[in-house]
Amino acid sequence: MTPLLEIDDLTITYRSARGEIPAVRGISFGLQPGDSLGLAGESGCGKSTVAAAVLRLLPRGTQVSGRIMLDGEDVLKMSFGTLRVVRWAGASIVFQGAMHSLNPVQRVARQIAEPIVLHEHISASAAEERAVELMTQVGLPTWRARSYPHQLSGGQRQRVMIAMALACSPQLIIADEATTALDVMIQAQVLALIKRLVAERDIALVMISHDLSVLADTCDQLAVMYAGKLVEHGPSHEVFGNAQHPYAQALSAAFPIVGDPDERRNPQGLAGDPPDPAALPTGCSFHPRCPVAMDECTSTTVELRAVRHDWQAACLRVEAEPTQPPAATPSALGVAAGPDARERDARAQERDAGSQERGAGDLRVRATSEDDT
Amino acid sequence: MGKLSTTQASVSPPGGGIGAGDGNGNDLDGDTPPRPERSAARRELWRYLAGRISGAAVSMILVLFSAFFIFRIIGGDPVRAIGGDSPMTPEQRAEIEERLGLNEPMAVQFWEYVKDLFTLDWGESYVSSAQVTDLMWDRLPNTLLLTGTALILAAGLGIWIGARAGWKQGSFFEKSQVGISLTLWSAPTFWLGMIVIIVFSVELGMFPVNGMRSTRGVADGFWPEALDVAHHLVLPAVTMAAVIYAQYVLIMRSSILEERNNDYLTVARAKGLRDAVVRRRHAVPNAMLPTVTLIALQFGAIFNGALLTETIFSWPGLGLLFYQAIKIPDIPLLQLLFIFFAGTTILANLLVDILYRFLDPRVRRSA
Repeated sequence: MTPLLEIDDLTITYRSARGEIPAVRGISFGLQPGDSLGLAGESGCGKSTVAAAVLRLLPRGTQVSGRIMLDGEDVLKMSFGTLRVVRWAGASIVFQGAMHSLNPVQRVARQIAEPIVLHEHISASAAEERAVELMTQVGLPTWRARSYPHQLSGGQRQRVMIAMALACSPQLIIADEATTALDVMIQAQVLALIKRLVAERDIALVMISHDLSVLADTCDQLAVMYAGKLVEHGPSHEVFGNAQHPYAQALSAAFPIVGDPDERRNPQGLAGDPPDPAALPTGCSFHPRCPVAMDECTSTTVELRAVRHDWQAACLRVEAEPTQPPAATPSALGVAAGPDARERDARAQERDAGSQERGAGDLRVRATSEDDT
Repeated sequence: MGKLSTTQASVSPPGGGIGAGDGNGNDLDGDTPPRPERSAARRELWRYLAGRISGAAVSMILVLFSAFFIFRIIGGDPVRAIGGDSPMTPEQRAEIEERLGLNEPMAVQFWEYVKDLFTLDWGESYVSSAQVTDLMWDRLPNTLLLTGTALILAAGLGIWIGARAGWKQGSFFEKSQVGISLTLWSAPTFWLGMIVIIVFSVELGMFPVNGMRSTRGVADGFWPEALDVAHHLVLPAVTMAAVIYAQYVLIMRSSILEERNNDYLTVARAKGLRDAVVRRRHAVPNAMLPTVTLIALQFGAIFNGALLTETIFSWPGLGLLFYQAIKIPDIPLLQLLFIFFAGTTILANLLVDILYRFLDPRVRRSA
């Protein structure tokens, strides 16, 4: 079976006043029809750049190399006419609708109908009827068709964006931070909606978020990006519950244990900021923030290594201890030094020893959760 | 400027609507919006209109009062201007002052002015003894022809060029168009007018030097006369358009630049639309909003432009009438023209405020 989407050694470099900025540095993954992949990482790690690259929406002058095969055709080599046909009809993007992704002076039904008119050459009124049907499918009342974007709530606008992405029945949908700006209740509703529609229509889904729990809940596979590279890629439950790469561990450990007051009062963070893409560290880009970094890490470039046949991680420690997570305890990751840091560490180790099987998810290490806009 | 700020202040951020739904998209049933939402929207419209109209009324009252004082402050001696060069005896002078009502104290004159306002009696011209309203109505169509042509030319071309220039930021096209606009903007109207006359009328002989109709050599009938007027219209209309053109280019360009990086344009591109369609269908309607305000604000400047252009080309319109009146000064005529210009500007602003509600759905919902 040929994959629906196959990204091979994709490298994207932005040109800016500060020189060349590598945003994506050689990532590869594939997706079968019906698959779903979650792409996680901090702000600025290049995940949205990957999404934009699939439909070639990057700013002019951006250097792109590698291959993006969509249904057997290389997006990067398409003529502009072919590209326009593939856009939305072959693959569509659920943009973050709560922000400014809708034209403020057009009624929403018209905006949903626009790609239908364009790709299926039917009349505007027929397309608007389809748009209203789509709105019903995503749970919007039909009279909302005549509304303007500002008259809708954030959740409703996000539903409009989903209806819009479904308009031309694409085989692939990329959801780029589709739930980020929504509150938790609405987020859960929108996620359930996406899950249902993907299952019903057998669509391949790439979901981009900085929130690992959202991705683990929605997707079969998880890929974690750091500084433009994949650092871990595998089945969702493994990557979320049993992460191999220390960065993936920190991300998946960012979930508090509900009902534990000690956790709540002592939030821990992954120290440091994501690296400046214009001046990346040598060797493994994560080594300056890594709690278990070795001397080797500063000089050796680490590629993805197989943890299992369907699971890879880019860490030197992976081969050393293939059956066990690296020695990074979540407490070692949390370097937010408080007055009672030592005491907390001691407690954490105690607890760690008691519940090894629960993995890194035990402790709360808050990764940056800022908005990716 | 006051009008601009009120217009902008009324554009509230999205999301301020009167949501009748529960906000979660759970209100699935029904094809029509709930009733309270519609009647609230209508009430809102009337409140909006009342606010705008009362604001315009206050401005108009201020204009009516200042019209009286402005032309008495600027000085000048209408009596001597009427008498011509020949010396006047004090008796003759007193007689003219008596006839014009200029011998009364200022307070009495003001009282008369206010009384006349209520009876819509605008008085007679000092010079021709004709009703000033008749003089104005005679000239108005000529000014409308000139300013209308220039406005359509400048706004149409300016918005079109400005949108393209903003879309292709950094291109040679953008840079050259901005350069041309700035050059035209800096050129004084009277200077540009004289250059145009020297080149196209005097040297090339393509167009008449001044006036609106030829005195002879034109056949009777509508079409020959219309053609003759159009021939006379070319140079003044182009001159006036050239001067106001730049502002449309620059405003449209900058508002396109502001829209250019908006996410909804990326969405439009992702849908597979052509670049030109993305610009026309999505960017331009949004970028038009500030431009529409500008067009209304420009009304004052347009009369200003008409005054200079009509004077240079001896175009028999209100601008030339105003210019001739201010040399006297012919106070009743000046008062009427001043009130007319100011009133038109106020009215245009009012209309744009109302029009804005239809162009920008966000304004429809906010106070």
